[in-house]
Amino acid sequence: MLLLIPLLPFLGFVINASLGQRLSKSVSGGLACLAMIAAFAVSVTSTIAMTQSSTHAVQQTVFTWIPSGDLQIPFALRVDPLSALMILIVTGIGALIHIYSTAYMHDETDGEFARYFSYLNLFAAFMLVLVLGSSFPVMFVGWEGVGLCSYLLIGFWFRKQSAADAGKKAFVVNRIGDFGFLLGMLLIFVTFGTLDFQEVAWNVTARAAEPALGGTVALATLLLFVGATGKSAQIPLYVWLPDAMEGPTPVSALIHAATMVTAGVYMIGRNAVLFSHAPGTLAIVAGIGIATALMAGTIGLVQNDIKRVLAYSTVSQLGYMFLAMGVSAYAAGIFHLYTHAFFKALLFLGSGAVIHALAGEQDIRNMGGLKNALPITYWTFLIGAIAIAGVPPLAGFFSKDEILFRTFASGHAILWTIGLITSLLTAIYMFRLVFLTFHGERRRAAHPEHPEEEEPAAHSGHAHSGGAHLHDAPPAMTIVLVVLAIGSVVAGFVGVPHAIGGSNRIEAFLEPSFEAHRTVAGEFGAAASRAPEARLELQVGDTAAQHAPAAEEVNERPELMLMAVSTGVAFAGIGIAVYFWLRHRTLADDMARRFRAVYTMLLNKYYVDEIYDAVIVQPVKQISVVLWKGFDAGLIDGAVNGVGEVVRAASGTLRRLQTGSIRTYAASLFLGVVLILGWYLSR
Amino acid sequence: MLSLNHFLVLSGILFSIGTAGVFLRRNLITILLSIEIMLNAVNLTFVAVGRYRLIVDGQIITFFVMTVAAAEAAVGLALVIALFRHRETLSPDAFTMLKW
Repeated sequence: MLLLIPLLPFLGFVINASLGQRLSKSVSGGLACLAMIAAFAVSVTSTIAMTQSSTHAVQQTVFTWIPSGDLQIPFALRVDPLSALMILIVTGIGALIHIYSTAYMHDETDGEFARYFSYLNLFAAFMLVLVLGSSFPVMFVGWEGVGLCSYLLIGFWFRKQSAADAGKKAFVVNRIGDFGFLLGMLLIFVTFGTLDFQEVAWNVTARAAEPALGGTVALATLLLFVGATGKSAQIPLYVWLPDAMEGPTPVSALIHAATMVTAGVYMIGRNAVLFSHAPGTLAIVAGIGIATALMAGTIGLVQNDIKRVLAYSTVSQLGYMFLAMGVSAYAAGIFHLYTHAFFKALLFLGSGAVIHALAGEQDIRNMGGLKNALPITYWTFLIGAIAIAGVPPLAGFFSKDEILFRTFASGHAILWTIGLITSLLTAIYMFRLVFLTFHGERRRAAHPEHPEEEEPAAHSGHAHSGGAHLHDAPPAMTIVLVVLAIGSVVAGFVGVPHAIGGSNRIEAFLEPSFEAHRTVAGEFGAAASRAPEARLELQVGDTAAQHAPAAEEVNERPELMLMAVSTGVAFAGIGIAVYFWLRHRTLADDMARRFRAVYTMLLNKYYVDEIYDAVIVQPVKQISVVLWKGFDAGLIDGAVNGVGEVVRAASGTLRRLQTGSIRTYAASLFLGVVLILGWYLSR
Repeated sequence: MLSLNHFLVLSGILFSIGTAGVFLRRNLITILLSIEIMLNAVNLTFVAVGRYRLIVDGQIITFFVMTVAAAEAAVGLALVIALFRHRETLSPDAFTMLKW
């Protein structure tokens, strides 16, 4: 049953990849969508079955994957609350984005269209394996698979040099992270002798919490976190994500906002028990998370490409999630992951609708005044912006506030302050985007087009020149936008905190996933009876205290205060954006001129790409050249060719013995006989 | 009374004549004839030693050598004729193609 969830999209991939050239668009697109919707249905069924199981987990062993002595790795899938939430996000949002894509990619040829959907389905299949895998190796299969699909989809328009480069960059940067993940996985196997998540979690509870960095668990978790920084675009490996915007916009929405980039967050949540035993690593996770959030937020302030702003926003929000993980507020982090999936997918798809309407224009300096031309896009985009800015009662408010509250409650006042500043930045840059895109006058050719920055999807029929022809996207796109907008409004209500009369159901729902269980979950439908007594509460100091309802009540007053503060910050951000970009448009440019150095630095993304290029890429290139010309061409080839030369020279000398004259041969024969005889006789 | 040494000395002389012929003559047929002389020198030794030790082995092996010599002469002469047709000469120095 569980196997069906990744298998259905995979079948869609197989069919579209093999027969796609001959299928019409409606068949290949419909097939892909159908596979995702079916997978969503199975996911819902599985989730219901899981909630009815007493172990809060349902497992299916598909086959024994690696039987090798002590190392027995079954290819097993497991649904528990955490992965249930993830499969619902992946299949649900995924299905919506598939539907959206049927309209967005409609101008491609039949073959390209099928290729696109085969990649998209393959991605979904791998992502589902990633979240359903019950052990590190199975997760790693998905982990690598989504990386591959990300590469394929970023470089979907591979004839464009920048898209091909961006794909390569994403792949290489991800490989660095994957290497860390692999090492962490091996260290865990060496330490615990198992790779199953539950067994690792159970084994680690038997160990004393490690005080600082340097312990085995700390090292293993740190290596895993390196993998997470690669996949989830955190400092120092975030550089690939903004470039990934070269891919089609629905891909950005699905892979580079809603699902794949959250894999790192999910992985930490999946190993919550393990990470809880390495406070040093958690501190690093929190620090990296908040630093990334702040850095990406500041860059997002000045970017001019509509998708790049959203990309940096994604990096920033992922930073929030890692902050939550770092302060052991796993449920809050996953909650934000879940709400973020809605509004960030919405924002990306909304930007896709804008790009679609403007025939590939992505520069917000050339937009403006689209409010009336694209009403549905405008209103849904606005809802997404409000949600991400953290205005109650939309989804983003509850999840972001939960993270900030947890951060404050765990005593990290500095992290909380930075988080608040980032929250302000989020509101500012999102509304800057809204105002520049949809409000004011339509600006055209203010900045000459950069053809290399545009999506080559030839949205035929929409001429650049005529503002009058602008209209909302086709129904397949607008319906998805509306559905996601509704989701962005209501998704947060599963996590209304106790302080304002809610019950924070999502936290209670996710709770079992962050604890160590003794028993392996029963097979589908079979309730394992010994589970309850074997459950083990986390014993990690204040983490356990935070989870207790009693502690919540004590914290209610400050929580309300904090809530008021962050709401105020969100409104302040929106206000600043209104002031700058709606009322006094020129003021922003004045500011940019006055703080030229800062502005240039932000516009150039802190020169991180350049620094990486100078510090890592160029030295590696130069070392490679030395190794190539000196070591490979000189030493290796020299040795091989040298052996040949020596043999040739020696042969050239020796061949003179071969005179061809029969007399010489006879003479040497005779001489030899005489010598041998003489030797025998003289003895 | 002829002693064994007489036969051995005669055999040695014949063998040396044959060897000298192989090295010094410039005609393939003559070289083949010289080889025959060498073979017969060896035959003489075998028979002489067999007689001296009163065993028949020497004579038996001589028959073998004569058989082989006949075969060798037949093949050798055939080769010589083939070579002559090829090069119009019988000098061994003309056939040195099998070298570096």
